[in-house]
Amino acid sequence: MAWTRKHLLDLESLSASELLEILDTAASFKEVSTRSVKKVPALRGRVVVTLFFESSTRTSNSFQLAAQRLSADVLHFTSEGSSVSKGETLIDTAKNIEAMGVDAFVIRHSAPGAPHLLAQHTDCSVVNAGDGCHEHPTQGLLDIFTIREHFLTNAKGAAKKRAPEKTLEGLTVSILGDIRHSRVARSNAHGLRKLGARVILAGPPTLVPPAMGKALDVEVSHDIDAVVEQSDALNCLRIQFERKAGRFFPGVREYAAIYGLNPERMKRAKPHAIIMHPGPINRGIELTPELADGTQSVILRQVTNGMAVRMAVLYLCVGAGKGKPAAKAAV
Amino acid sequence: MSLLLLRSGRVYDPSRRLDRTADVLVDDKSGKILAIGKGLKNVKGAQVVDCKGLLVCPGFIDIHVHFREPGATAKETIATGAASAVHGGFTSVVTMPNTDPPLDNGAAIAYQYLQGAKAGKARVYPMGCITKGRAGQELASLGLLARAGAVAFTDDGAAVPSSFIMRMAMEYSASLGKVIVEHCEDHDLSNGAIMHEGKVSAALGINGYPSAAEELIVARDIRLAKLANARFHVSHISAKGSVALVRQAKARNVAVTAEVAPHHLLLTDECCRGFDANFKMNPPLREESDVEACIEGLIDGTIDCFASDHAPHTTEEKSNEFTEAPNGVIGLETNIGVLLAKLVQTKRLTLKRFVQAWTSAPAKVLGLPGGSLQVDGPADITVIDLNQEWTVDPEKFVSKARNCPFKGWALKGAPVYTVVAGKLFEAIGKTMK
Repeated sequence: MAWTRKHLLDLESLSASELLEILDTAASFKEVSTRSVKKVPALRGRVVVTLFFESSTRTSNSFQLAAQRLSADVLHFTSEGSSVSKGETLIDTAKNIEAMGVDAFVIRHSAPGAPHLLAQHTDCSVVNAGDGCHEHPTQGLLDIFTIREHFLTNAKGAAKKRAPEKTLEGLTVSILGDIRHSRVARSNAHGLRKLGARVILAGPPTLVPPAMGKALDVEVSHDIDAVVEQSDALNCLRIQFERKAGRFFPGVREYAAIYGLNPERMKRAKPHAIIMHPGPINRGIELTPELADGTQSVILRQVTNGMAVRMAVLYLCVGAGKGKPAAKAAV
Repeated sequence: MSLLLLRSGRVYDPSRRLDRTADVLVDDKSGKILAIGKGLKNVKGAQVVDCKGLLVCPGFIDIHVHFREPGATAKETIATGAASAVHGGFTSVVTMPNTDPPLDNGAAIAYQYLQGAKAGKARVYPMGCITKGRAGQELASLGLLARAGAVAFTDDGAAVPSSFIMRMAMEYSASLGKVIVEHCEDHDLSNGAIMHEGKVSAALGINGYPSAAEELIVARDIRLAKLANARFHVSHISAKGSVALVRQAKARNVAVTAEVAPHHLLLTDECCRGFDANFKMNPPLREESDVEACIEGLIDGTIDCFASDHAPHTTEEKSNEFTEAPNGVIGLETNIGVLLAKLVQTKRLTLKRFVQAWTSAPAKVLGLPGGSLQVDGPADITVIDLNQEWTVDPEKFVSKARNCPFKGWALKGAPVYTVVAGKLFEAIGKTMK
């Protein structure tokens, strides 16, 4: 099927086949990063603006590098704080940059829905790089890409029987930690459910409100040991102290003991289970260093895959070759 | 003196059990109704308005509007607000004191009356603040505010956080014969959240606050009203639990009343999914069960009356991010139309209760003049065409603001004339034609 969207605002509104289109396109772009000349001309002459209203290092670096690998010109714009405190509205800021002649905005913003608002007011493509606690679609995609890559290459036989839209059926993915404040959890849940995975959100009740289970059509649990036993992939999220998450539980030591992932607890896990984390890690709180750096960890692979996923998203949303097989453009 | 004759309308006033075809004669000098009757004589020189097939009601009263003056006059002024009121079929409005500066002194109240008179449209009755500067710390000069004409007291926009101050306010206002009106929200619990906490807030990643934050203050103030033997009015009730609390309190003869806004009767938090700030207000849109409870409360009299919480903002402000945009929606020019179409025409609510909840009921809650049709009473009249079909287009509003959550709604029933103190104005049903 052909990708027809101009924007990537969230995973909630994507269909399973659209998700697969991105994942497959990403798979073909992944090879580019392994070449000695890591560049394809897919977005030559195009201008991508990374518009970051919230601090970020890895996501903005990843997007900038992804755009550069597609030969786009990249402008990085950062501004702390809300439009109101700056005295210029988001729309005015974007329109001014748009007037310089740009093709795409990659936006990170503290307000949920800011990318949706921007998309209504611009002719450019808009890619959501995280809007408050709402969604972080490319992180969700790279997590799903990593899970699919890992389990489909390791268990090809089982994978073949499934319909493509149910490509993750039979897998249990658990997302642990500060779910309430997590845009990563929301994007992951939407994407994973559409592709047939079982999803459990787990953590203290104050950070994993039952309403989120209903809202996202996933399971909710507060018993980490039980969750660890059932999971094929364990995606640990950071406690977002910057969003005052510390008010939602008694303390870091208690959190680590009851809800953190440590080697003792991992003994209960399936031997093939993988450990993921979108970073940055609060080492020793939600995840111990041994596990973060251990054999079951795929954390750095997530970062590598993030490049391919972001190249795919930019290519599909901005690229001239909309709908053409990515492989052709990637040559 | 000029006479105005509303000819052959269906004269309808539930408070006086009036429902018959008759003429109504008013004059704009005395501002009073001179006669109600069939085939009225002695009407030479009167301007005649044919009201055949139209509903002639007591003037509609909206006891909760924000006109932003002094202060944020880019949003609305008393003149544009009062014009919006008559365009929407309202003859009287009660303005909230959360202006800049707030209406916490007699001079500010006098200024509101002056601007209202100058506008010469709907009657404008200001409320005064409960606390100085609406800061919640010390009582405002309630006695002097009352003397200047404040019709009640509220710190609307926020609750009075201190139970002690609220008790003092209730005891003091009781002696003045005034009602304490509360925006019920436990701000410690709501903690700066900007929508209802539930499935939708969870999905959107927006900080929500639970209905319990409203219910806690409703419960507290019911207790305090009983303690102080005072009259307490719940502003813009929105939560199922609050309705139950008011129902219980009324059964125990506590002097509590409540109002509900059309948006809390017709919309839910599902509307927020598109991040459109025209669905952002406080109290927030809640769930289907809350809407049902509010409608039930309205039917059984737990909720006394409607009130719009008309809260104008500029289009620029409302075009900001959902989290950054200010709270509030306008209502004066859609109040009648949306409720008629969605509650009365659908038979959820009787026409009788609808008219009563916009006329005699709000007048009674705050002790305002008007609310009924009687000879020698104020010539405040709202004329409605129950059959007119129209579509809500905010560009046709007289209000300065366009932040309307009902944009594009197809409706049946609209106000066509508004008569204030005998003076005739065309309402939206007429000007849209």
